Amino acid sequence: MQTNIVGQSVPRKEGRAKVTGAARYVDDLHMDGMLYGATVRSPQPRGRISAIKFDPAIAWDEFIVVTARDIPGENAVALILLDQPYLAAEFVNHREEAILLLAHEDKYLLERARRAVTIEIEPLPPVFTLAESLAQKEIIWGEDNVFKSYLVDKGNVDEVWAQAAFIVEGEYETGAQEQLYIEPNGVIATANADEGVTVWGSMQCPYYVHKALLKLFALPEDKIRVIQTETGGGFGGKEEYPSMIAGHAALLSLKAGGRPVKIIYDRAEDMAATTKRHPSRTRHKTAVAPDGKLLGMEIDFVVDGGAYATLSSVVLSRGTIHAAGPYYCPHVRINARAVATNTPPHGAFRGFGAPQSIFALERHLDKVAQVVGLSPAELRRRNFIREGETTATGQVIREPVDMAGLLARAFALTDYEAKRARFARENEGRSLQRGIGFASFMHGAGFTGSGEVYLQSIVGAEADETGRVRILAASTEIGQGTNTIFAQIAADALKIDFALIEVAQPDTRSVPNSGPTVASRTCMVVGKLVESAVLGLRQTLQRGGLLTESYTSDDWRAACRAHVAQHGALRSFSRYTPPPGIKWDEGKYQGDAYGAYAWAVYVAEVTVDTLTYEVRVDDFVAVQEVGKVVHPVLAAGQIEGGVAQAIGFTLYEQVVWDEGRMRNNQMTNYIIPTAADIPPIRVFFEEQPYAYGPGGAKGIGELPMDGGAPAILNAIEHATGVAFNHVPLMPEALMASLSK
Amino acid sequence: MTGTTAKVDVTCTVNGERRTLTVHPMARLLDVLREQLRLTGTKEGCGEGECGACSVLLDGALVNSCLVPVLQVAGAEIKTIEGVTDGAELHAVQQAFIETGGAQCGICTPGMVLAAVCLLEQNPAPTDADIRNGLAGNLCRCTGYMKIFDAVVRACQRAGSAR
Repeated sequence: MQTNIVGQSVPRKEGRAKVTGAARYVDDLHMDGMLYGATVRSPQPRGRISAIKFDPAIAWDEFIVVTARDIPGENAVALILLDQPYLAAEFVNHREEAILLLAHEDKYLLERARRAVTIEIEPLPPVFTLAESLAQKEIIWGEDNVFKSYLVDKGNVDEVWAQAAFIVEGEYETGAQEQLYIEPNGVIATANADEGVTVWGSMQCPYYVHKALLKLFALPEDKIRVIQTETGGGFGGKEEYPSMIAGHAALLSLKAGGRPVKIIYDRAEDMAATTKRHPSRTRHKTAVAPDGKLLGMEIDFVVDGGAYATLSSVVLSRGTIHAAGPYYCPHVRINARAVATNTPPHGAFRGFGAPQSIFALERHLDKVAQVVGLSPAELRRRNFIREGETTATGQVIREPVDMAGLLARAFALTDYEAKRARFARENEGRSLQRGIGFASFMHGAGFTGSGEVYLQSIVGAEADETGRVRILAASTEIGQGTNTIFAQIAADALKIDFALIEVAQPDTRSVPNSGPTVASRTCMVVGKLVESAVLGLRQTLQRGGLLTESYTSDDWRAACRAHVAQHGALRSFSRYTPPPGIKWDEGKYQGDAYGAYAWAVYVAEVTVDTLTYEVRVDDFVAVQEVGKVVHPVLAAGQIEGGVAQAIGFTLYEQVVWDEGRMRNNQMTNYIIPTAADIPPIRVFFEEQPYAYGPGGAKGIGELPMDGGAPAILNAIEHATGVAFNHVPLMPEALMASLSK
Repeated sequence: MTGTTAKVDVTCTVNGERRTLTVHPMARLLDVLREQLRLTGTKEGCGEGECGACSVLLDGALVNSCLVPVLQVAGAEIKTIEGVTDGAELHAVQQAFIETGGAQCGICTPGMVLAAVCLLEQNPAPTDADIRNGLAGNLCRCTGYMKIFDAVVRACQRAGSAR
């Protein structure tokens, strides 16, 4: 009998296929009669399409050509709203918006043809920035350019200003960030009247694609089939966009009489046309008592959603709820808005709004500490939330939380206090200035508020006559380790060999909808359903008298064999039910925003070169409490990867906008950290098992994106004495400030 | 490249096997490997020589196959990820990648494994800085590189203890 595989670093299920190059990604698949598809896009940020011209030098009758008129169902990507068209018909609202599709069996002729289509547009005045959108320079969406607004109102912040010993204000900005999965977006689709639509693709959320194609083709559910192929990274960038590209390929296939159509974006197209992290601006006004206790916080949080609503309302929600951080404050008002601009829609990216608002808060609290005359650490210690206290949404923290303990451990691991003093002393007169800073934060796991209840996720498990157990879930393996942790959770619940567990390839024809692979929910929420689904198998065997209370893997196999012989297939399904006592008021934005939070303190050590204006991160320590760690190597891998992305977000990754289009849409000039740039990332876990997670686990995936940017900028302020309040912080900005 | 240029025959050795390929001379080695030879372990990440996902060994040197016109490989020896495995036996680097968690999504992994194999062939006892520099032409967005460094160190230690 094998026990406690949860907590062990077993080899990744699909590891061998990945290290040998045998793993098949969508571009590695070839089908007979396959055509390649391409997209003709808007050259203008906003306007009316006046003409589409085809160069007569091209033999157009050899090409499949699709426009909005060829759409059999509704011309809208079904997500939250139905405002984004699959193909612009009359108006365009951002550059690179899809207008026309082409397919041909020769991809080189296809590219020549794509360039031979001219789209003529009568321009309308565009809006490019969050400030212009808020000022309603033009109304480009709805009545006021606002996709969504939230008000969180705890206590009465209006009454605190008069009693405050200190009032501290600040403004903070974050830029767009490209997910830059190394495998670009891609799909293959077939579509015909008899069999419906089948899509194979790189994606996080097969059922999002399924839902969108239902509307696009006006077909019944069983006529749409979506299969996830091995996926080369997502980070949110393959949450909603695959619905678009899948629809495009399927529309081409339908017109091509059902021949398979493959669309693979090249890097430039992927970077220019698909989603990025929402740019943000946050204003803080904070009332503080003489002893440094937070009395009141007023926070104005705005994100730029781009041209269509897509996921902005939920990105805004997560950012809003995280805006006041892991602190207790009796009076909090958060005004939050997502606004429209004429840029490609911004979308999901690891952290989903939280890195933006946490950046603002954790920079701001260093400023508050300075004004109050406390160290950044002491100010936070006096305000850390404790068990029994309430968050900004009035959620009572019912789990043991020890932010001060995490802080103490992170400081001990980095020798923070000594370095804080020593660097300040040694920097005098040197061109290389060193600094150390930190951020403390939390990240909620699972969908916000009632989201998980609405999702009604289902996971299935089936056992065959050999005793093999297959997990049936739509949750995707995108590198984070879904296959492996699901198998661990199942093996541990059943106390059978890990090797007996398989995880089915997500295919909407054969797996139930376990919800999207987003929001740090796969382990905590879906993993719990895996646990209960497989326990259902055991219950059936035990009730049937085929399995005793304690058993070996061999007993399990024998019981499965007997069951299948007597009764046929052995299957069990489990549907989500919320943990007891979870309440959320969507109207007031009050209540239990998340079932559980991960808690963390991250410390960054930097060197700022005051001659070249380069910043180097020398050391990075990430201490977090994520419940039970299911797989130490995979968990550390999540943290290290997230921290690396946060370092990129802070110091390297600048999206250069040119009238609503990304100008540096190449890996050559959009720079992510390389092996030579990255500091040692040292990862430490505290484990505080969560009662409603599988084996005690909580969520982990997004957390590491949250703390890097403020920790690094806090360290840069320590090094240079200059408060920078925006990311990415490029050398030009350092030069402008430091050379004064 | 198509239509306008005539195809030519190019002879080279791919994973130990001599091949004569009928190709457009300026076709990218990447495309010839993936489409003509169906060696799809070599990946395209950027098409401009930045990401290293398309890395192969050309006469023992690590190159980005997206930047190599196929004419240039006439007479050369090419090793792709499919040629790193010896039958069913994984290379020490591949085994170490599995053990340390050096592969996450796996899309950079073939190129990264080849970069590590190349590094260790040229420098069996690399320092941390050598490892960082040796892998700096291969981008990974998942791992933050820590577990990849661990894999290279582990593969070195194994090779060292085997000698």
